[in-house]
Amino acid sequence: MKVTRRDLLKVAGAGAGAIALGGLGVSYLVTESYAKKLKTKGAKEVRSICPFCAVSCRFIAHVKYGKVVSTEGDPGYPISEGALCAKGATMNSMVNSDHRLLKPLYRAPFSEKWEEKSYSWMIDRLAKKIKETRDKTFIEKNAEGQVVNRIESMFHMGSSQMSNEEASVVVQGIRAMGIVYIDHQARI
Amino acid sequence: MTNSWIDIKNTDCCLIIGSNAAEHHPICFKWVLKAKEERGAQIIHVDPKFSRTSARSDFHVPLRSGTDIAFMGGMINYVLTKEKYFKEYVNDYTNASYIVNSRFSFNNGVFSGFNPKTKIYDKSTWQFEKDEKGAVKRDPTLKNPNCVFQLLKKHYSRYTLDKVSAITGVSTANLLRVYEAYAATGVRDKSGTILYALGWTQHTVGVQNIRTSGIIQLLLGNAGVAGGGVNALRGEPNVQGTTDHAVLYNILPGYLPLPRANMPTLADYNKAVTPKTVLAESVNWWGNRPKYMTSFLKAYFGKNATKENDYGYAWLGKGDAPKSERDGDYSFLYCYEKMAKGEMIGGSIWAHNPCQSIPNSNNIRKALCNLEFMYSAEIHHNETTDFWHSPGINPKEVKTEVFLFPSCHRLEKEGSISSSQRMIGWHYQAADPRGDSRSMGQIMIDIVNRLIKLYKKEGGAFKEPLVNLNWYDKYDANEIARRINGWFTGGPNKGKQLSGFNDFKDDGTTASLMWLAAGSVTPTENRLKKTSLKQTEVQKMTGIYPEYGWTWPMNRWILYNRASVDKNGQPWDPTRPIIKWEDGKWIGDVADGGAPPLAMKGGKNPFIMLPDGLGQLYGTGLVDGPFPEHYEPTETPVTNHGFSGQLRNPCAKIVPGDKIAPAGDSRYPIVLTTYSLTEHWCGGSETRMVPSLLEAEPQLYVEMSHELAKEKGIKNGDPVILESIRGQVEAVAMVTVRIVPFKVQGRTVHLVGMPFAFGWTKPGIGDATNRLTLYTGDPNTSIPEYKACMVNIRKADKNALKELSYTEIKGGHHE
Repeated sequence: MKVTRRDLLKVAGAGAGAIALGGLGVSYLVTESYAKKLKTKGAKEVRSICPFCAVSCRFIAHVKYGKVVSTEGDPGYPISEGALCAKGATMNSMVNSDHRLLKPLYRAPFSEKWEEKSYSWMIDRLAKKIKETRDKTFIEKNAEGQVVNRIESMFHMGSSQMSNEEASVVVQGIRAMGIVYIDHQARI
Repeated sequence: MTNSWIDIKNTDCCLIIGSNAAEHHPICFKWVLKAKEERGAQIIHVDPKFSRTSARSDFHVPLRSGTDIAFMGGMINYVLTKEKYFKEYVNDYTNASYIVNSRFSFNNGVFSGFNPKTKIYDKSTWQFEKDEKGAVKRDPTLKNPNCVFQLLKKHYSRYTLDKVSAITGVSTANLLRVYEAYAATGVRDKSGTILYALGWTQHTVGVQNIRTSGIIQLLLGNAGVAGGGVNALRGEPNVQGTTDHAVLYNILPGYLPLPRANMPTLADYNKAVTPKTVLAESVNWWGNRPKYMTSFLKAYFGKNATKENDYGYAWLGKGDAPKSERDGDYSFLYCYEKMAKGEMIGGSIWAHNPCQSIPNSNNIRKALCNLEFMYSAEIHHNETTDFWHSPGINPKEVKTEVFLFPSCHRLEKEGSISSSQRMIGWHYQAADPRGDSRSMGQIMIDIVNRLIKLYKKEGGAFKEPLVNLNWYDKYDANEIARRINGWFTGGPNKGKQLSGFNDFKDDGTTASLMWLAAGSVTPTENRLKKTSLKQTEVQKMTGIYPEYGWTWPMNRWILYNRASVDKNGQPWDPTRPIIKWEDGKWIGDVADGGAPPLAMKGGKNPFIMLPDGLGQLYGTGLVDGPFPEHYEPTETPVTNHGFSGQLRNPCAKIVPGDKIAPAGDSRYPIVLTTYSLTEHWCGGSETRMVPSLLEAEPQLYVEMSHELAKEKGIKNGDPVILESIRGQVEAVAMVTVRIVPFKVQGRTVHLVGMPFAFGWTKPGIGDATNRLTLYTGDPNTSIPEYKACMVNIRKADKNALKELSYTEIKGGHHE
């Protein structure tokens, strides 16, 4: 059989360490039988990009029964050549973390706690607040009498965590509201 | 980045300054090491602290934080006086010969035209002399005392080795070592690259820091060539892309300036923002701006944008025209100031943690309490989502309604990301969003749809921009990527995707949400999804992979690559060709602009984004001077820097209400600089949730020299309290040889360094370092001066500490 570089990385990446790698020099069969037992066996491979520094290392997620079960560096990306740093290597724990927010939460004025609310309740109430604020504080002309058609009482502090498509949508939406205080981590 | 990550391997000298690349862009560093191993390149690290980048460099030069312009100014002086510059390149490809207005002057640290009241320059005296046809007057001999070259020489003649050494704290021997090594790249067959990051931008002279590298690279002929360039190692996940798409107040997508109140119509806008040239040999690419603006409006408002209604231009909110340092500045700097004064009602803060990562964060936390409502989209709770119960804040007194949407993880959505080298790649969805989480794109679509419905039903203030949107029902990244690329909205190709820049029109027949991405999603394929390693022989020589992802603009890997060849189109160094004119066409990378070499018929100047196409050794674009000049950080240990009587940048954005310690304040004698960590991502709200990463870097510490520790009676592992005029922070002392005292103007100045990844929502690890840092901004970008402020430090009583739990984690393990 042929052991590709990818197979080798899969073995090493799964923590097989010295045993599997040592075995490679002697017999490929050892590796092959070990690889069969890996939890990534039979998993769907999906390509993604590390969400941290802008080297944008690519990685491969292994997905079984709709759940990410493992992530590893993508050796096909010519810049990282399969490598990941300490952060990139933890992608599997991040996506499956118990600390993730999973429900829309609302904090009422002067309250000491979060309350779970439905998504549509949140959108509904929020849209009303935005409209109310917008209607009340819309500025048609500035102090010099020039037409400006803007809102200065609301802001958007956005994010470099968004994809290009998300950033595009968010900027279109926020600017349509007339908001001019728009910023994100690029300035920080 | 002008160049690519892989291209770093082509360099002969790599100057890493204002960056700790090995720790903060770990995977890129293999290309630095490759240059060292395969080419014998010199790697130089200039940074206040010794780090893993320094350890892998040929030498490390400790520099007092905030004195980079003095350091680089000394290099400019060295290159000019020792005649190390690349003469042919300087003559043909830069504005060295341009004659500047005779009224231009520079006196005692301030350029001509400064108005101290508004803190802005009237730039009329900075302009070039022009002939009757409108062309700039030139002196090809470079002898005219008012030509750029002579002015540059004169300006930097003041940056002598002794003066630079006295203020930077770098010995003259070390200065010469760097200057000699780097200046040696000013020949045809050598190149040098400059890598920088937030260590350069986060100063009140941030942009001018970067300008020094532009000047050096132009003088040495290093811009546009393999192994050269000015390389910003961009530090956030998709910060290149979110900048391109303008999640910023001052631009619209694709670097189109924000319309201002003095530009009431689209014609006024185009007139104000479209540069002109009279030179036949200049491409003046921004001359196309009206096409990009009209196409943006067409994509934004769809069929509702018509010629008759100025394509909906009036529906865009206008900023005020800048008449003082703060007029028309809608950055976070003034946003939070307004919020602190109670003038903001509500807004969104998502995938962003200002209560942790914006300077003077105590003030930010308090300012948020003045809001009526705030909405966030996050993966985890963080110091901002939960600001209303921050330490010292009583929730019962906080009126703010908070809407917190769970945001899905990158692996649960698809879309594209732009890397620091402008390469856009596609990430696919691996699993369904967990729980009730959604993409941020979907959340915004739903909010806006609800708003549109309300406005259609009830009416309200100026509903036009909302109801006329070319909006979406469902977030579909493939569809949005097609709209970003752009399509024909009229003419014979109506409905077809645009193939590239040449398709753009200003007559409403083309639409594109971000013109720079035109060519990425073509009529035949989504090139962002490509993962082929196919290369031509020439591309193989420097490591260009045109079939992997897609790189803006037009799949060009190296910006300004026309400067990598001589006037006949032949590479300065034939062993590292980026482009090459062969048999009547360019081979290699996608040549900038595509026109023939300069010496041929129809030939063009190399710097196609500038009006005249020439590299600007002297530039009128920045607000704080045509040449970088050394000014001290806003908070500084010295009272006179020796270059002029102007201590600080006269244009710096000082926000009213921000506390600033006076220069040389004996209460705060120690320089503080801050940095990131390999194991934590910026403010740390994501990585603190990962057990292995928190175990590797478990709590807030402060690095200091043995000398300072001795002076203060502090031992490695001791709990300490740091104090600035703005706040105080508890941390563990890490006494290390990585930081050394600086000799500044004959006396000792100490510097300490701290990470900023630890916050109170994870108990026992410490809280925001940014409670110490300074809010004052660079006048060009409003980026605050995180990297240099003044503090004091003292040993703390263990029992008095609240933020760090010393019983669980003993100090000293960081050593």
